[in-house]
Amino acid sequence: MANYTEDELAQDLENQEYKFGFTTDIDADQAPKGLNEDIIRFISAKKDEPEWMLEHRLEAFEMWKKMEEPNWAHVKYKKPNFQDIIYYSAPKQTKKYESWDDVDPEMKETMKKLGISMEEQKRLTGTNIAVDFVMDSVSVATSFKSKLKELGIIFCSFSEAVQEHPELVRKHMGTVVPTSDNFYAALNSAVFTDGSFCYIPKGVRCPMELSTYFRINEGGTGQFERTLVIADEGSYVSYLEGCTAPQRDENQLHAAVVELIAMDNAEIKYSTVQNWYPGDKNGLGGIFNFVTKRGICGLNSKIAWTQVETGSAVTWKYPSCILKGDNSIGEFYSVAVTNNYQQADTGTKMIHLGKNTKSTIISKGISAGKSHNSYRGLVQIHKNATNSRNFSQCDSLLMTDECGAHTFPYIECKNSSSKIEHEATTSKIGEDQIFYCLQRGISEEKAISLIVNGYCKEVLNQLPMEFAVEAQKLLTISLEGSVG
Amino acid sequence: MIEIKNLHAKIGDKEILKGLNLTVKAGEIHAIMGPNGAGKSTLASVLAGREDYEVTEGTVDFEGADLLDLATEERAREGLFLAFQYPIEIPGVSNINFLRTAINEIREYRKEDPISAKDFMALVREKSKLVELDAKLASRSVNEGFSGGEKKRNEIFQMAMLNPKLAILDETDSGLDIDALRVVANGVNMLKSENNATIVITHYQRLLDYIIPDFVHVLYDGKIVKTGGKELALELEEKGYDWIKAELAN
Ligand SMILES: Nc1ncnc2c1ncn2[C@@H]1O[C@H](COP(=O)(O)OP(=O)(O)OP(=O)(O)O)[C@@H](O)[C@H]1O
Ligand SMILES: [Mg+2]
Repeated sequence: MANYTEDELAQDLENQEYKFGFTTDIDADQAPKGLNEDIIRFISAKKDEPEWMLEHRLEAFEMWKKMEEPNWAHVKYKKPNFQDIIYYSAPKQTKKYESWDDVDPEMKETMKKLGISMEEQKRLTGTNIAVDFVMDSVSVATSFKSKLKELGIIFCSFSEAVQEHPELVRKHMGTVVPTSDNFYAALNSAVFTDGSFCYIPKGVRCPMELSTYFRINEGGTGQFERTLVIADEGSYVSYLEGCTAPQRDENQLHAAVVELIAMDNAEIKYSTVQNWYPGDKNGLGGIFNFVTKRGICGLNSKIAWTQVETGSAVTWKYPSCILKGDNSIGEFYSVAVTNNYQQADTGTKMIHLGKNTKSTIISKGISAGKSHNSYRGLVQIHKNATNSRNFSQCDSLLMTDECGAHTFPYIECKNSSSKIEHEATTSKIGEDQIFYCLQRGISEEKAISLIVNGYCKEVLNQLPMEFAVEAQKLLTISLEGSVG
Repeated sequence: MIEIKNLHAKIGDKEILKGLNLTVKAGEIHAIMGPNGAGKSTLASVLAGREDYEVTEGTVDFEGADLLDLATEERAREGLFLAFQYPIEIPGVSNINFLRTAINEIREYRKEDPISAKDFMALVREKSKLVELDAKLASRSVNEGFSGGEKKRNEIFQMAMLNPKLAILDETDSGLDIDALRVVANGVNMLKSENNATIVITHYQRLLDYIIPDFVHVLYDGKIVKTGGKELALELEEKGYDWIKAELAN
């Protein structure tokens, strides 16, 4: 009588293994370990950067040296030794790929294993997704470039943008997340190696999803990518980002910065499916994911962050919106799953500056194993933000008795005409629900998948179709041990 | 269909079923009545395979198979259906998606191909009409925000969709208005065939005006203590259970 008890579930979860744990055999061009001015000059030289970029990096490095690693998050981990990290690692064949056919077969294989066979995507989706692929620190393939070019859309690696569109990079980089913003943002500004850049011209609606896959491959490396998305007046773009890393016993550091700029009447949807290696079931290894993501909204504009987070040993991440323009809208939809010894401290900040600004926060935490999952959110309403509105809903689902869910909502309101609503629930996955499914002939595995996906539905609904399917699978994998 | 012999079951240290015997043949409708706490829902749960209960003695033969040896979902796939006394809510999972998953799991078990979207929708239309279920309810999340009566009606809808061999309805009539009662009863009657059977657990003889049982059983203190025809239900309605308790005491 194999009724699915929580003990069994807990056991399954413990035995579940990471699906993306493989390394690719490609020669890498690396910097020596450690961090100092020379390393920064090395990175900058490798990338053939203009002088202003190098100066920007060195300034950031000076700032970073004076800063301290933040301690306020509800996570415990051994602080990384910043001198023990390789800050630059690039696949050796760094020639640019003009077409998909030029891409190294080994690399293509990697992408296939990640479930992003381009052939397939081309076939299934026509030309609906343009993909940029960042492996370790360097962007290796940007597809559909020419098609986008016709519309004046720029979608390329960050390095290429520095070379080809320096005026845009110089003007906008660091305007949303200043170098001095926090410890990791400063570090990123000093050592970032690549990332994606995207510019949508005035009035253009980007006809396809733009997508970047990040993968850490080399051992001992850190990944510091930088993404800048600029939607000019009246434009629209939907941007997707996916992440994986191989299984390693060591902790690897990932400290990215993402800046979004939605000018007047523009809209940016930014979706992330994050599946960095979470460490093994004893908590060994895994990625430290310390990310700063922030967007700024002009008049009548909108930024929506959607994230499905199943990976990383430690996550520290608060995609935020600065609602500067009147009538602008910020949205945050999040599913964060933690299992085994994973720890996540994630949430959002909604800063209401303009009049009639609106924000919505939907956060769904799922904790399993001995993991800890925290929601941390700040809703800040400034005194000129008349008639602004916020609605927050933070739900936590517990799969075992040993895991923890925590909610830290902060509210600062300086305008009395504003309205803030906050709802929070915590529930344990119901044996009654599982039994009900079983009684209808549904297996325990499918039952859990149904219940969890149902619980996350509001968030999954925000993702583009292909991504939603992938995200559902990931949720199922992270929670069921259905792999292997 | 099902043959229950000397069934004993306990929860924790508390024995609830104390040597229960019941045989139901294909084509029959059996009603089980009995005072609160007698063990009616427990019997339904034990047959469905709820883990909280431990079967300590007895056998249950279901269509030639040892029911107690089957996992909960296998029992369901073999054609055992339980309409819950208190149906469960599953937020975010649409009724349609839920049922399609269930039907396909059952089909897979029988080594059949998944049902096509077209056939499935046709089935939904046909069966929701049968139980007069609002089309909107069919696409809403499973039981979420349903009224008590709507939940019960949804159970019958699910039963109609899954077309089980043996359906156990645990107080499906409680909380239903007269119209709903008629609809639920109609549903059961229309699904009745010589190949399936139904056990209705109820407190009210009025349901049995609509669903005519072949047998009425009294379950008391973990055992079937009296069996009769439809007239037994009338007698119970009139006289309550004291006379049976008295009979037993003698
Ligand atoms: N989890 C449990 N722990 C302890 N006792 C239980 C548990 N579940 C049921 N019982 C007890 O078992 C007995 C039988 O309960 P059951 O629900 O089967 O009764 P019933 O005949 O369906 O009653 P009703 O007509 O009220 O629905 C009751 O005394 C009840 O308190
Ligand atoms: Mg009962």
